[in-house]
Amino acid sequence: MSGIFSWLQFDFMKLAFVAILIITPLFGLLGTMIVSRKMAFFSDALGHSALTGIAVGVVLGVTDTNLSMIVFAIVFAVLLNKISSRNTANTDTVISVFSSFSIAVGLAILSRGGNFSQYSSLLVGDVLSITRKEILYLLVIFLVTLVFWCLCGNGLFALSMHRTLAKSKGIPVTLLEYLFAVLVALIVMLSIKWVGILIINALLILPAAAARNLSGNLREYHFFAVLFSMFSGVLGLIISYYTNVATGPTIVIIASVLYFATYFYGRKLS
Amino acid sequence: MKKFGELSGRIRKPCGLHCIKVHHLSVTIGEQEILKDVNLHIHCGSLNALIGKNGAGKSTLIRAILGDIPHSGQIEFKNTEDGRMQRLKVGYVPQSLNVDKDTPVSVYDMIACCQSRIPVFLKKSGKLAARIKEYLEIFQAEELLDKQVCNLSGGELQRVLLSMAVMDEPNLLLLDEPVSGIDQNGMELFYRTIHRLKEEFDLAIILISHDLDYVAKYADWVILLDREVLKQGAAREVYASEEFQRVFGTGSLREKGGGSQ
Repeated sequence: MSGIFSWLQFDFMKLAFVAILIITPLFGLLGTMIVSRKMAFFSDALGHSALTGIAVGVVLGVTDTNLSMIVFAIVFAVLLNKISSRNTANTDTVISVFSSFSIAVGLAILSRGGNFSQYSSLLVGDVLSITRKEILYLLVIFLVTLVFWCLCGNGLFALSMHRTLAKSKGIPVTLLEYLFAVLVALIVMLSIKWVGILIINALLILPAAAARNLSGNLREYHFFAVLFSMFSGVLGLIISYYTNVATGPTIVIIASVLYFATYFYGRKLS
Repeated sequence: MKKFGELSGRIRKPCGLHCIKVHHLSVTIGEQEILKDVNLHIHCGSLNALIGKNGAGKSTLIRAILGDIPHSGQIEFKNTEDGRMQRLKVGYVPQSLNVDKDTPVSVYDMIACCQSRIPVFLKKSGKLAARIKEYLEIFQAEELLDKQVCNLSGGELQRVLLSMAVMDEPNLLLLDEPVSGIDQNGMELFYRTIHRLKEEFDLAIILISHDLDYVAKYADWVILLDREVLKQGAAREVYASEEFQRVFGTGSLREKGGGSQ
């Protein structure tokens, strides 16, 4: 193999490429709703909770810390959703309090005895280390998300416009809120190792935010979000291969450039 | 102007035989009693105006009827001819929406999200668009179909929300302070639309209003609320009451609107 596809000659690059082709449209899709529902803070807190989940697994002596991480994230997501629906205090503040507490607990446990360095790859992520089996998990959650979107997307968007109005139309708003929170938790946890805690939220938010600069309806919004997400993902992977820079940050830089470009283009249009 | 009659088969003829009764409705949130023992009797084809100061519990009452906040007491919907109970269908028109300036949601998207199971993010259904347009035409809003919701004026948004509310052929229409952000002409148009709706759709309407002059002109029944129903009856009767003077003071009718203070 030669030319522009020479990077595909390595198996780890092929796997990473397939992983990017699954993760990025998934994130583009999910991001549209996270931005519409102003949940950027929520998804960020969820990403950080990965450390706590692993720490809890270590303390309990669980062999597969991935499992404790996922379970913890789901519990955390449900809890955050419950607290923010109470409407008693500023949601951002409440989420921040819980998120800070949980990440501090996670860091405290994992850094015991000076062993944190073995977990530091979680912070930036490493898509080049993904295996076939792990790609299969991603594919399953991708298909689940597609089905969920077809069945519940309408309701969720109605909900994001006006909760009481959606409820008056017979949309099960509370159920949808919980389902969405759990779905975000699952996706974030299944991809955190490849994307990284510090970067995952940028990948969720940036493509959708850039798409909003150009879109006039929901179809354009989804199309552009998925397109921008995949474009930054694939280009980021290739550039990172040739420049020997970590893949995650490269993708985020491209997505950011897209955001600014669409922002100025969108303003010129209007 | 498109007549409701043109949507043949979809509308009910006025009958005056249905009624909605609210029995002993109370809402308590935490320690605070927001609404106390509200009893209402709403007839179909009537416009009922809910008036009162800010914080009197008007929006809470509407949300309680919608089932959006827990309450005690009952709401029943009766056919007075044969006394049968029926399921009450409630339409709702909120005051405003949570939309930022760049929200990529068109009028079609918003209505389709609420009214249809066809995934709106995948495709625009021509059949559904035609049906939505039919309802938008009732309120002269058909040209707004592909406009972004966040770019609509107050009056335009109001007409779109009204179209959406009547798509389910509700028995009861709840309107939450809909006249804010609309100019005088818009207000007159709004009240005339509401009037037509109740006449031709045989709707029972509960409207939170701040404009006491329009209420006097259009409402069939006026409910003065301050955590409980202080007084209800025809506008003239309520406006002349001692309770009304206590809530709004004497000069309020000439000053236009009790809600702005």
